[in-house]
Amino acid sequence: MDSHTLSLSIWVPILAGVLVLCTGDDKNAKMARWLALVGAIAGFLVTLPLYTGFDYADGGFQFQEGFAWIPAFNINYHLGADGIAVPLILLTSFTTIIVVIAAWEVIQKRVAQYMASFLIMSGIMIGVFSALDAILYYVFWEAMLIPMFLVIGIWGGPNRVYATIKFFLYTLLGSLLMLVAFIYLYHQSNSFELVDYYQMQLPMNVQILIFLAFFMAFAVKVPMWPVHTWLPDAHVEAPTGGSVVLAAIALKLGGYSFLRFAMPIAPDAAQYLSGFMITLSLIAVVYIALVALVQKDMKKLIAYSSISHMGFVTLGFFIFNPLGMDGAIVQMISHGFISSAMFLSVGVLYDRMHSRQIADYGGVVNTMPVFTAFAVLFAMANAGLPGTSGFVGEFMVILATIQVNFWWAVLASTTLIFGAAYTLWMVKRVYFGDIANSHVAELKDINAREFLILAVLAFMVLAMGLYPAPVTEMTHATVSQLLEHMAHTKLPGI
Amino acid sequence: MNAILNDLYSVLPEMFVLLMAMTILLLDLFIKPANRIVIFILAQVTLLGAAFLTTSTMTGSVGYAFNNMFVDDPLADVLKLMLYLSTSMVLIYSRSYITLRGMFRGEFYALILFALLGMMLMVSGQHFLTLYMGLELLSLSLYALVALDRDNPRATEAAMKYFVLGALASGMLLYGMSMMYGATGSLNISEVANALLSGAQDHPVLILGLVFIVAGLAFKLGAVPFQMWVPDVYEGSPTAITLFIGSVTKLAAFAFMMRILVQGLYVLAIDWQGMLVIMAVMSIAIGNITAIAQTNLKRMFAYSTISHVGFLLFGFMSVSINGYASAMFYIVSYVLMTLSGFGVMLLLSRKGFEAENLNDLKGLNQRSPWFAFLMLITMFSMAGVPPTLGFYAKFTVLQAALQAGYIWIVVFAVLMAVIGAFYYLRIVKLMYFDEPVDHSPIINYPEMNMVLSVNALGLLALGIMPQRLMDICAYAIGHSLQ
Repeated sequence: MDSHTLSLSIWVPILAGVLVLCTGDDKNAKMARWLALVGAIAGFLVTLPLYTGFDYADGGFQFQEGFAWIPAFNINYHLGADGIAVPLILLTSFTTIIVVIAAWEVIQKRVAQYMASFLIMSGIMIGVFSALDAILYYVFWEAMLIPMFLVIGIWGGPNRVYATIKFFLYTLLGSLLMLVAFIYLYHQSNSFELVDYYQMQLPMNVQILIFLAFFMAFAVKVPMWPVHTWLPDAHVEAPTGGSVVLAAIALKLGGYSFLRFAMPIAPDAAQYLSGFMITLSLIAVVYIALVALVQKDMKKLIAYSSISHMGFVTLGFFIFNPLGMDGAIVQMISHGFISSAMFLSVGVLYDRMHSRQIADYGGVVNTMPVFTAFAVLFAMANAGLPGTSGFVGEFMVILATIQVNFWWAVLASTTLIFGAAYTLWMVKRVYFGDIANSHVAELKDINAREFLILAVLAFMVLAMGLYPAPVTEMTHATVSQLLEHMAHTKLPGI
Repeated sequence: MNAILNDLYSVLPEMFVLLMAMTILLLDLFIKPANRIVIFILAQVTLLGAAFLTTSTMTGSVGYAFNNMFVDDPLADVLKLMLYLSTSMVLIYSRSYITLRGMFRGEFYALILFALLGMMLMVSGQHFLTLYMGLELLSLSLYALVALDRDNPRATEAAMKYFVLGALASGMLLYGMSMMYGATGSLNISEVANALLSGAQDHPVLILGLVFIVAGLAFKLGAVPFQMWVPDVYEGSPTAITLFIGSVTKLAAFAFMMRILVQGLYVLAIDWQGMLVIMAVMSIAIGNITAIAQTNLKRMFAYSTISHVGFLLFGFMSVSINGYASAMFYIVSYVLMTLSGFGVMLLLSRKGFEAENLNDLKGLNQRSPWFAFLMLITMFSMAGVPPTLGFYAKFTVLQAALQAGYIWIVVFAVLMAVIGAFYYLRIVKLMYFDEPVDHSPIINYPEMNMVLSVNALGLLALGIMPQRLMDICAYAIGHSLQ
């Protein structure tokens, strides 16, 4: 109880965000940008001790700290991170730097508010990943909606108001049911501590209701079919940075929370409903991939592709097999990099052409060769090409699924075909071929700033594809412990 | 002699407020219009002095005065302090508004102080008559306040409506009380409670009386199905008065329910619990759904109040110390949120212009990022989104209701809260996502800007550190109910 790494990881970016906000209006835009960059880098640096100081043999919560926050309800400010949370925290602080740099010249109005939103959001999301008290977790989980709501609504596209309100209400609906579940658990155990919930015995019907309440909250966030419809709207309307944070981190909040809450608190219900969960996951993998195939808007296509890839994550969780779960976590991290990169690529094109329609492009390679090289690499990774990070997670999940049920694995594998189809078809129409129109002919290749962020992401995608061990080693002990925990029934009297 | 002194000692704050209200009324005759600021300062001094008297006569235990007609317990002390604080904020927020509309007169302050006195009696009443007199003093002052802008036909209409319906509700309440008297032979709250314990009364008579009392209370609170007056009065009253009606008086209404239902008629809890459940569910549903259709900000706040009242009733229907403390926490939070919400509306109003339509908030972020931010906090707090005070308010009442076993009602309430979130979000949308239509600068007295900032930031600060306020509410309830 003496580490402050997690508190620093949460509060450094938030304080930096408040400072950025204090720079005021757009007269001081330059200062706001630099301050935001310094804040984002500082926020990343303070998370590094999580990596260097991580104990690979310990599957439990490390870096714990806490104090009594609201004693009236036994609510504690209790933080801790295990092997699942640490990679996601690092991903969050890393992505924040990318987002700040990506917005450098692109955002010209209300710069300070934009930068501050992302810094504050970064701290809040790290809070979600590290909270070990249900109410603390809930506060972070909901608080994240406020900056995201503003980001989409202020800097978004033409239909932004519809998209952002839909996003907010969808998420709020799910999370309020989760709150009811938390309060119920509190009255049973007189505690909001996660660790106490793990030990509680619950009858089956209660477990099922609790699991469903959690499901409402997390499935919306992941998002799983059929509660995914907010995502394409939000992604399309959000500014590039908003899309990146949504895809890279916000969706992971849902996946992470399944592992942290739904499965260990209601393990018997999770087993009982696993068929339902796997069915939804497979529908996401197959059906949403087909939906992605027919999209005319690049961002929408990537949004559907995200849903399809997140289907793999939930599939990996609910086959209750260490390989599948490790694979699902790798998939989450890898998707964090790939989807960020894909959205940033679309952002690069959009900044120049102010269009996201595939039909408006063609032959970009002729005018932007360097950029196209990156874009094609990311597209390949998205399609799951071996050697990129996209392959590792999907492959692990498919292997694990085969051990459980051959036909599920067959269905899941179709993603390798459909994923390649929709991604490569988009690449063909946008980047290759003859120059489609005069606008494309006037395109200028990426500048040093854009090169930097794409190169860093390309490095991460390849590094994880060739050597995913740093992530799997980190998650392994925690995943075995989780599966071990779930193997014991929590039904009373057994 | 000593007994009389003791009695008078317990009502020192009340006597002081009464004295000062009359002084202000008199002084106003002799003071030049240019020097009216003195009246404002005097009113603030009154509140400060009353707060001082209340804190210095605070004992932390329950004390009775005037033959048990008056009680001085921690609940009364805490609520009175809240009354002074919120009344003081109302006066600060409304000064520029009433000055610009020619209502900056002694009557305004005297009436507000009389209303305050009425509320103090409601908070401390231990006898049906004391409570009723307090209520009438409050109501009559409010009717006059609503009609204070007498050339304004809308305000006059609202006052008329308020008066007629208010009188009807008072009549129902009085009728209910007389039934209780008939059944138990006493008007004193504790004696009624003791008499009911014996169970010797005719049950149908009690229930009939209870129904009238609950209906009267529900009317004063504005709970469905007695909510019809709320939107009309909110809309018609001058915004400064709406602020007073919408915020401060709810504290007194809360105390009123505590005294009558919880302290007096708790033996009948099983009966009033069911009525409250129905009213709570209907208030939340109708309040939230109807608020969506409003384009007038004041009407929207009126329906939002109705839904908040529904949540408040959750605390009562749990019938537990935990539940009452939650209800008290809820009402205090609600008052703070309402003050800051109406504060921003008053801020945007100018001479000859009432900021009362949703569109008047358009583009506020570009006109004044700071006030937009304050309103943003207020709206998220009203919607119950953490990390704001409003979240803990909802959290405490929902946990109390869950503890009492109302799982499906709670689920229904949170679904309605999602609907409610929509119209609060719409305000944020107007302020942040839309372009301003009105570019006039926002000018106000500096003290108002400061207090409003502290008020709205307080919603955030209390949302991060709610423990103190929860402790105070738990203390007030825990040490006042035996």
